[in-house]
Amino acid sequence: MDDPLIIGSRSFNSRLLVGTGKYKDLEETKAAITSSGAEIVTVAIRRTNIGQNKDEPNLLDYISPEQWTILPNTAGCYNAEDAIRTCMLARELLDGHNLVKLEVLGEQKTLYPNMMHTISAAKTLIDDGFDVMVYCSDDPIFCSELDNMGCVSVMPLASPIGSGLGVVNPHTISIILENSTKPIIVDAGVGTASDAAIAMELGCEGVLMNTAIAKAKRPVMMAEAMRDAVISGRKAFRAGRMPKKIYGNASSPTQGLIE
Amino acid sequence: MSDIEFQLNGKKLKKNIPLSLQDLVEELNLQRKKIAIEVDGEIIPKSLHHSTQVQAGAKIEIVHAVGGG
Repeated sequence: MDDPLIIGSRSFNSRLLVGTGKYKDLEETKAAITSSGAEIVTVAIRRTNIGQNKDEPNLLDYISPEQWTILPNTAGCYNAEDAIRTCMLARELLDGHNLVKLEVLGEQKTLYPNMMHTISAAKTLIDDGFDVMVYCSDDPIFCSELDNMGCVSVMPLASPIGSGLGVVNPHTISIILENSTKPIIVDAGVGTASDAAIAMELGCEGVLMNTAIAKAKRPVMMAEAMRDAVISGRKAFRAGRMPKKIYGNASSPTQGLIE
Repeated sequence: MSDIEFQLNGKKLKKNIPLSLQDLVEELNLQRKKIAIEVDGEIIPKSLHHSTQVQAGAKIEIVHAVGGG
């Protein structure tokens, strides 16, 4: 591992993080996640089925916490209190596993985060021993704040959750990267492989996505495309791209032309 | 044996007591599943499921992991 992704005290080979929502069934979920090569996998916490479908298979029967690093999210929470409660339940559910994805939503239409509640919840969770990966707006000041307070990863949106618009503010992401001391992972808004590559080429440490894979016509194939895009984007970032110029510059020698 | 009423995941249930959280988990066939239980807003760790009795009027939440992003 010559270029690991370090999240707190944990180290990973893959820089692609994937969600488990919106798939046709659990078989497809597992097939896509396996193809993506992701090691960190997000899940949501919800009430169990009582009564009907008692024997329905459970997500974690397919996506084993022994094989993958489970990242419980607080999706659906609109205030700090609900998000904290969800994280506590997740930690109990996963036998003390303390890594969480904090997201406190502001409203249903845009699914933009409520940053006041996000910061308040992050503080409580960090004080309680959680390793917090935090979904946030692509605002350099908020991102610095979350970085300084001790979140293990800061995860600004590329564009709204589930929108597939890609990285709409690449310059803002660049400013966030300049100021960061923790891994910046673009979370939400990626639509296709080039979007993931762009995020990585900007210097992001990783990309987290769900819908772009789950809602592709062929999710397993898109998972592979995303795996490759993240690897390529990271390599291109590390290799260092050539400067952009507005005029042409021939690649073939201008001497020795046949006359 | 007597009946008590309590809420489980928002639904009213009537059961005979004594009934521990572990009894409830087994009745729901969740003993091999990764779950967490909250009673009246307080998480009850797995180690206490055996010794915690369900009380009349309790609000119990049992949660698990589902697909999400």
